[in-house]
Amino acid sequence: MDTIFRILRFDPKKDEYPYFQDFSYTVEGKRSVLEALMDIRNEQDCTLSFRYSCREAICGSCAMVINGNFDLACRADLGALKSSTIIIEPLPNLEIQKDLVVDMDPFWEALYRIEPYLHGEDAIPEKGHRVDDREMEIIFQYINCILCGCCYAACPVATRDERYLGPAALAKLYRFVRDPRDRRAFSNWSGVNTEGGVWGCDTVFKCNEVCPKDVRPADGIEALRRRLVVEKVKRFFKRGR
Amino acid sequence: MISHDILVVGGGLAGLAAALNSDPSLSVAVVSKVHPLRSHSVAAQGGINAALGNNPDGKGDTWERHAFDTIKGSDYLADQNTAELMCEKAIPAIYELDALGVPFSRFPGGVIAQRPFGGAGFPRTCYAADRTGLVILHTLYEHSIRKKVKFYNEWFVTRLVVRNGKCLGVVVFDLASGEIIPVQARAVIFATGGYGRVYLKTTNAFINHGSGVGMAYRAGVPIKDLEFVQFHPTSLLGKNILITEGARGEGGYLVNSEGKRFMEDYAPTAMELAPRDIVARAIQTEIDKGKGFENEYVYLDLRHLGAEKIKKRLPGIREICINFASLDPIDTPIPIQPAQHYSMGGIDVDRDCASLVEGFFAAGECACVSVHGANRLGGNSLLETVVFGKISGEEASRRVKQIGMEAKAEKILLEEALDQKSRIEGWRRKDSGIKVHRLLDRVKNIMSDKVGVFRNKKDLAEALEEISIAREDYRNVYISGDCLRYSQALVNIIEFESMLDLAEVITRGALNREETRGSHFRNDFPQRDDKKWLKHTLVTFEDEKPQISYKDVQIDKYEPKERKY
Repeated sequence: MDTIFRILRFDPKKDEYPYFQDFSYTVEGKRSVLEALMDIRNEQDCTLSFRYSCREAICGSCAMVINGNFDLACRADLGALKSSTIIIEPLPNLEIQKDLVVDMDPFWEALYRIEPYLHGEDAIPEKGHRVDDREMEIIFQYINCILCGCCYAACPVATRDERYLGPAALAKLYRFVRDPRDRRAFSNWSGVNTEGGVWGCDTVFKCNEVCPKDVRPADGIEALRRRLVVEKVKRFFKRGR
Repeated sequence: MISHDILVVGGGLAGLAAALNSDPSLSVAVVSKVHPLRSHSVAAQGGINAALGNNPDGKGDTWERHAFDTIKGSDYLADQNTAELMCEKAIPAIYELDALGVPFSRFPGGVIAQRPFGGAGFPRTCYAADRTGLVILHTLYEHSIRKKVKFYNEWFVTRLVVRNGKCLGVVVFDLASGEIIPVQARAVIFATGGYGRVYLKTTNAFINHGSGVGMAYRAGVPIKDLEFVQFHPTSLLGKNILITEGARGEGGYLVNSEGKRFMEDYAPTAMELAPRDIVARAIQTEIDKGKGFENEYVYLDLRHLGAEKIKKRLPGIREICINFASLDPIDTPIPIQPAQHYSMGGIDVDRDCASLVEGFFAAGECACVSVHGANRLGGNSLLETVVFGKISGEEASRRVKQIGMEAKAEKILLEEALDQKSRIEGWRRKDSGIKVHRLLDRVKNIMSDKVGVFRNKKDLAEALEEISIAREDYRNVYISGDCLRYSQALVNIIEFESMLDLAEVITRGALNREETRGSHFRNDFPQRDDKKWLKHTLVTFEDEKPQISYKDVQIDKYEPKERKY
């Protein structure tokens, strides 16, 4: 039996509004949503646009909403969806450039704002840094982030407040703050002590729920909050002395 | 017209390393057909080699031993002084990556951890669990943000423009606007990756069509050693997703349908950690003998490593198995088969990453410098990207200062852009013909069936014939529907011409080379023949067809010997 792919189509240069278009698709063998989209593009409508690259859930290109769930299309197995109609929509909360391709710039710009790179020493340490493996394991949770944008698109705060940095950028900040090799000053990141930063989070944990890589960005946000409080207290007592 | 001193094409590891190491006083930009973090480098898993000697079993390691292993692994086709250069620079390169923030896994005492890998005399592969490509790519991208590198993302380069032995720039298809844009550059560095998708079964990303190598070839730049195609022993049955060599480095077994660790018949000393060409052939031989499962696969068994080690050292592999094969390697062996993995051949460049064309450089998998020769060792590709990416940026910066802007460059680039546009219009005007993906499927099947792990004269000659039929059919391809913006269909149609060229060059090189060396195995010529074939294949596009010539291998220290593992 054929599966119906109901795909959101929109070309802002031509269309006034987005609309759904149905494609009938015969599933043969084990196919992912991404492979099905490629088949539909190849055989039925070569104007259908979507992003993809690695097809193994590591590059972060093909995040979209599949039957209401945020996922990477390459990872979503058609058989497992157990559905005769599959509704495909682009990530919400980001402008559609064409069909399933969205403008990721707000997401990237939020990331740039936290200075997402190691603030190391000027000289390269001879024979490398000495770091406890346990320290590395702690940041590994956040390093698994592939910056696919699912969390940002699903976050209710990012939807209503464009100042909010969003889960991925804040989790990335924690990855650096927690890295024993990072030398950034407290003043470098204390700017997130705001509603646009860590206090913006509603703690509804939508980001943890939708993350296809189990990064749990909200853990990072919570940890940053605790650090901020500890640093503030430390500073208060230092001043008092 | 958009103009830069140095234009880097490709935003993977080699491209980012090139941009980061270019002279900041020059105007440098990176053009990439995907966002840089979506590049295939991100999928590298097991690690990056350097003779740090951090592993308790690897105390006596030196970069010279690393170079020797690399040369031996290459079946003596690597240029020896170039392999030495890479292995010597490996050590400072790792410390630099660490200082930039790459979160390498650690040993007790805090030093960078190292695991054993195939064909290596010492455990010298540095890693971050099994996500080494991801962490290095993200780190270099982070520093590109810091250094405010100029990126043109989702710009697909459609041709390289060369006149009178001099590089003038490129023509680009901007996916977001659907427009064709000429870009002038005094130096162009290609870091466009490999051409795995020429094959049906490959570990490569969907985007690895190899059009960079193809464009350089069409522009008259010689390409080298394309017949040497690496087949990775362990790709996941079905989707052919890479299962890292690190899985065997951590102690995984390869087992046939009789439950036997069959590598003892092929490489009794190195066992599962023999070089990839040997292990891939062993697996294919077992399957062909009927000792596989369903005539398709054997097992990679990790169960004896235990849950803790698998979760700590191979979490990405576990995730891939669960997501894409619905099995957990903690309690089920992984069904695997060989699949195309890496392109040893590529654009012919020297140790400075410079080609014969003034102002044109190449680095990473798209280049052939040549450090991998006939077979690359695991852990050496990430190394090549950072070492030669850096060299290409530095060399292009040094040389570009002596290269003036060609007076007629703008005019020529505009003409090339117009020509590109009219070709696209030609495909769009037609309302019937052949859809390019059908041709693509045909070529992939030919390559996997006839130019694969085992080769012979008859198959190769047939493959050439079928490729030339596909080339005839390519004249009749068309695009239906009116859309240029974000048209992946258009990108595919343009890239397919490169794929035809590469398929032809791989096959011709393989047909000519009547010997067996590294990854190139001829059933009809099963011995290595140093007398006749210890040389690089060079192919140049001249008079509208490939012209083959040969070039000596640099041998200064190690006399070629039979490889035993």
